[in-house]
Amino acid sequence: MAEVWTIAEASGGTLKEVSFELLARGRSLADELGVPLASVVLTDEIEEAELQRLASYGADIIYAERDPRLAPFTVASHAAFLTALVTRHAPQIILAAATTSGRTLLPYLAVKLGCGLTADCTALAIEEGTGNLLQIRPAIGGNIMATIKSPDHRPQMATIRPRSTPLPSPDHARRATIIPIAVTDDFHDPVQVLSLRPFGDQSSSIENAAIVVSGGKGLKKRDNFTLIEDLAAALGGAVGASRDAVDRGWASYPHQVGLSGKTISPELYVAVGISGAIQHLAGIKTAKTIVAINRDSEANILALADIAIIGDLFAIIPVLLRRLEERRTIE
Amino acid sequence: MHIIVPIKQVPQSSDVKMDPVTGTMIRSARSSVLNPLDLYALEAALHLKDEHGAQVTVVTMGPPSAVQILKEALSMGADRAVHLTDRLFGGGDTYATSYVLSRAIEKIGSFDLVITGERATDGDTAQVGPGIASWLDLALATYVSAIEEVADGHLIAERLIEEGYQRVRVSLPALLTVVKEIAIPRLPTLRGKKRAMGKEIETWDAEAIAADRTKIGLKGSPTRVVQIETPKVARSALIYHADGDEATVQACDHLLDFLQERNLLAEVHHG
Ligand SMILES: Cc1cc2nc3c(=O)[nH]c(=O)nc-3n(C[C@H](O)[C@H](O)[C@H](O)COP(=O)(O)OP(=O)(O)OC[C@H]3O[C@@H](n4cnc5c(N)ncnc54)[C@H](O)[C@@H]3O)c2cc1C
Ligand SMILES: Nc1ncnc2c1ncn2[C@@H]1O[C@H](COP(=O)(O)O)[C@@H](O)[C@H]1O
Repeated sequence: MAEVWTIAEASGGTLKEVSFELLARGRSLADELGVPLASVVLTDEIEEAELQRLASYGADIIYAERDPRLAPFTVASHAAFLTALVTRHAPQIILAAATTSGRTLLPYLAVKLGCGLTADCTALAIEEGTGNLLQIRPAIGGNIMATIKSPDHRPQMATIRPRSTPLPSPDHARRATIIPIAVTDDFHDPVQVLSLRPFGDQSSSIENAAIVVSGGKGLKKRDNFTLIEDLAAALGGAVGASRDAVDRGWASYPHQVGLSGKTISPELYVAVGISGAIQHLAGIKTAKTIVAINRDSEANILALADIAIIGDLFAIIPVLLRRLEERRTIE
Repeated sequence: MHIIVPIKQVPQSSDVKMDPVTGTMIRSARSSVLNPLDLYALEAALHLKDEHGAQVTVVTMGPPSAVQILKEALSMGADRAVHLTDRLFGGGDTYATSYVLSRAIEKIGSFDLVITGERATDGDTAQVGPGIASWLDLALATYVSAIEEVADGHLIAERLIEEGYQRVRVSLPALLTVVKEIAIPRLPTLRGKKRAMGKEIETWDAEAIAADRTKIGLKGSPTRVVQIETPKVARSALIYHADGDEATVQACDHLLDFLQERNLLAEVHHG
């Protein structure tokens, strides 16, 4: 019975959370199809106990390869292992995360395997009757939802947007069979990772943050941007920015949300002094809750917001911070 | 050095507005533009040309109207333009598109670098760049935010990934997909426009690139779009006006209540 696979991501011996999100997706597909769910881990070092966490989130089988050449991620080496593994086991579905690695590896692999691939899906289903995978994704800046399938090619491949899947509670009693991959071919990766310069501040990684507080041109100048940083800190979130704010140097490019920046799906998005141009909205269409603070009651952002305060942000943010603080001290 | 830049024509999004009632997109004009993210790829190539001397070839697969973006690229400073156009190419997904582009790149020949945009703003897949690299077995570095050094047979680049900036050494020939941070695109100049007018745009069809008919167009595409929906955004914002001190405090409290109800104040680590 052709398996359903997920591609796990790990770094420094620890699995990343997206690995479990993928398993949550994969589990329901595998159950519906009545086939085993396997997770593939390609990394340098990882403990057995850590690998078994994949079982607690639903994996029946774990294909694991530990090889110093596999971390940090480079595409040619990962694709070499995976091409061999796929040829050997012929899975029917492969899911990976729509991260910088997943979005590099899967299109490269899809061409090697002669298969279709759907990018950045937010929903998946099994088509009744045919058993085909229905892959649902936003396109054109989130303005349309397209359902895509690959009826005549196997495996069917998709990348899944991180944070678009709620995590089930793990079942720590579950165990999976760990199968070493052991493809011993000698290969040379033409890309070599030399070093990593981590973001200076924690607030940079907006794609993984549950809460993102963004500021736009309404902040008026760089010094005022500390209001955004303060609000982000008070809410336990990361700092985002509109393109106008980034172009003015109030925040650096990794913070930019939108069409030419990042597409994010946080639990909470707070847009302060941001008009909500279509290119900005393209990056936040799938955020769960959107808050707008804007003095313009006609601002575009209100089309997407769940709640808005209309007024001067310079008056509102300090009060908001104070009231939040007071709430916490009372508790 | 010879650099090939695949560029795409996409529908314009800049003067698109949101319909406040349905939450869907209103397109004022059905005009087409050069994919804005490809401007960064083109600029990165032109910058290398300025610094090191290079030949820059742009290539697009698209309908006859796509010559427009090739002319734009020529007037910015590209040296050569190739237009891949054939009814047989129509309806291609990223697999078929990357195949056609890879055949064309092979025919253009003797290149050191292929630079693509991170993604096209219409399809929004970011799959064509890595796909081309796979067809041609090129070294691949995605999300490149800076090219630090180009030497004989390799380059050093910086990639913007989730954890920060990663430095990589990439053997040539290679394909890079680049992000906005790499460069500030130049504007076409009048002189450039004049020069571009004198340049011929080469037009190639499926036969010219000896494309395998089973790998191109809709027929050659493994994926099928079976349904398109325009989701209505059901959100209609609760609105609070912060006029005056008291109203501001009340509005803030409403907001905090709202967040608390949705459990969004729960996880806060408070220092
Ligand atoms: C190809 C292309 C790609 C693009 N990519 C992106 C992208 O990735 N991300 C992005 O964000 N944009 C992008 N843009 C730009 C986008 O079109 C807008 O220009 C930009 O988002 C506007 O930023 P803003 O909302 O900060 O500024 P503005 O549109 O100027 O909005 C400022 C807002 O602040 C409010 N305001 C002002 N003062 C106050 C105050 N005191 N209190 C409360 N509210 C106040 C105003 O009412 C207004 O709504 C792109 C554009 C193009 C053409
Ligand atoms: N039809 C095309 N012609 C030329 N280049 C293309 C075409 N489609 C995509 N590309 C290139 O591939 C990149 C990624 O596009 P996409 O995978 O469609 O998001 C774009 O930024 C272009 O550089």
